[in-house]
Amino acid sequence: MRAVAALAAALLLATGAWAKEAAPLAEDPAVEQRMIRITEDLRCLVCQNESLAGSRADLAEDLRREVRSLIKQGKTDEEVKDFLVSRYGDFVLYKPPVKPTTWLLWTGPFVFLVIGIIVLVRYLRRRDSQVAHSTLTEEEKQRAEALLKADQ
Amino acid sequence: MNKFLIPLGVFIVLVGFLAVGLNRDPREVPSPLIGKPAPIFEVPQLTAADKSFTPKEMLGKVWLLNVWASWCVSCRDEHPILVEYSKRGGIPPVVGLDYKDQRVDGLQWLARFGNPYMLSAFDADGRVGIDYGVYGVPETYLIDKAGVIRYKQIGPITPDVMEKKILPMARELDK
Repeated sequence: MRAVAALAAALLLATGAWAKEAAPLAEDPAVEQRMIRITEDLRCLVCQNESLAGSRADLAEDLRREVRSLIKQGKTDEEVKDFLVSRYGDFVLYKPPVKPTTWLLWTGPFVFLVIGIIVLVRYLRRRDSQVAHSTLTEEEKQRAEALLKADQ
Repeated sequence: MNKFLIPLGVFIVLVGFLAVGLNRDPREVPSPLIGKPAPIFEVPQLTAADKSFTPKEMLGKVWLLNVWASWCVSCRDEHPILVEYSKRGGIPPVVGLDYKDQRVDGLQWLARFGNPYMLSAFDADGRVGIDYGVYGVPETYLIDKAGVIRYKQIGPITPDVMEKKILPMARELDK
């Protein structure tokens, strides 16, 4: 029991230590907000499933610093993104640009949709034509009518 | 029979795509800098803080820019290979870029493991690294006589990479 209490105390102390390590607030909240908005759409190359805004990798730290300074220089969002794309490639963009090498990526789902619709239509038509062959004979029609009448 | 052939065909194609996709290394991101002029920088040298280095000095030569750091684990695997090649000769001059390192640590590393570099530039804050799109040290750039980046090796250079990619390309560029 005592060991558990000691562990709990140690953990509490540890969280206190973490809190002290929190990053200092940015000097300029407006710059910080724009920086976060831009870097949320960018990929961190070190931890590829994390955004540049959320990653704690060293490189992400540096790149956020770089983005901050570009914003302070009065660059537009597009210019900031171009800065990173020209160095790290389109891979940093979570939303890839539409250009010849990405046409398949962008149009692929629609191509598959069209193929699916064509296959479906052809299948339905074929089934339809099979059903059409089995029309009722005169005798069957009379029986069907008789049954319907009987029902009324 | 035909009924099963089409789904089977689709399945095999899909497996083919996935197999190729799974076997590619997602960490190897093609650099947009290939075929573009190597970014110009000017930083102090590692061994002589009062002297600087700029890629302009290398114009007219085919050379390698090798990004390394004393804290970089894979650099330890790569380093003996560079040392061996530099002793043996027949490779382009290698300029080191000590990336986000402490000067003392960098110097110690060279003293301990050998110095295969013509010189090492010292990029303390990683600014040069950003201009070169460095994201995973070690990285190596092959730069031609006109100062254009021709090839980028992401991760450690292996003897295989050296013999099959870097050296043939360097010889071609040197003609």
